[in-house]
Amino acid sequence: MGFTNEQLERYSRHIILKEIGVKGQKKLLESKVLIIGAGGLGAPAALYLAAAGVGTIGIADADAVDLSNLQRQVIHTTNDIGKKKVDSAAETMRAINPDVNVKTYYDFVDSTNIMDMIADYDFIMDGTDNFPAKFLINDACVMAKKPLSHAGIIRFKGQLTTILPGEGPCYRCIFKNPPPKDAVPTCKQAGVIGAMGGVIGSLQAMEAVKYITGVGELLSGYLLTYDALKMEFHKIKLPPRGKGCAVCSDHPTITKLIDYEQAACEWHPGDK
Amino acid sequence: MKITVAGEKKEVKEGLTVAELIAIEDVETPEYVTVSLNEEFVEQEGFSATTLKEGDEVEFLYFMGGGR
Repeated sequence: MGFTNEQLERYSRHIILKEIGVKGQKKLLESKVLIIGAGGLGAPAALYLAAAGVGTIGIADADAVDLSNLQRQVIHTTNDIGKKKVDSAAETMRAINPDVNVKTYYDFVDSTNIMDMIADYDFIMDGTDNFPAKFLINDACVMAKKPLSHAGIIRFKGQLTTILPGEGPCYRCIFKNPPPKDAVPTCKQAGVIGAMGGVIGSLQAMEAVKYITGVGELLSGYLLTYDALKMEFHKIKLPPRGKGCAVCSDHPTITKLIDYEQAACEWHPGDK
Repeated sequence: MKITVAGEKKEVKEGLTVAELIAIEDVETPEYVTVSLNEEFVEQEGFSATTLKEGDEVEFLYFMGGGR
């Protein structure tokens, strides 16, 4: 694949980086990333991945844009209120970069659809707001051997890790099971500072770009935490993969996907 | 004795257990925290029985469910 003059100019700040170059940019244009959740984390990640020229970006969400989303979900605008989030996100991504082929999935992930959804992608990004989805995405990515960027945010804190199935520890290595419903506060109950999605979602996009281009060291085997009030990042080294993990050990006890009970950030009557 | 908690050096009493440290540190939702001691996870049931030693490195890992 050759670059057009317009592409050489559009990606010039990437191409000039010795770690990326023409080769790395080509990898980005040929890559496929799926973002699950078009919200606080998904919005900035989608913007940066589209701008970076990730060739195919899938975006999954079954919500519509709500006024209360706009404090942090920077891919949507006031004019988008009421639109499907995936359509609003797709419009913005296409407007940023016509090179990107955007695929929309107007659906919440569950055990029946996630394996098909992730099958075609090189890298998966969890931008969901609830533990059932986070565990489901982890388990599905472990089973399908798909690299995953996991993240969570609340109040003034955020954290992320990169999961390379078969190599490093997974989400379930750290947290065995979802907490009971309402045991741990959600964003809707506890709040979240808008820019937190920007910080952590951008770091997820950074991990996707590094994975695709093969540059640097990934957050596999580490949980990176960020405390905005103390303005501190802290990198926690995780034990090696699989030691007794129910899903990613060599002898897993979880071999089928589980739909846990929903306890979402923004639950509306009528949501599934 | 000196231990390191979440990257910070702390002076604590000899024989302190993980459960006692959780109380001192005022850990949020302690029943759902994951504890790593010298890069190994400690089982929840073992918090009271696990005694810390000089130089130990402890990390608390918390559930964070938000994102959308």
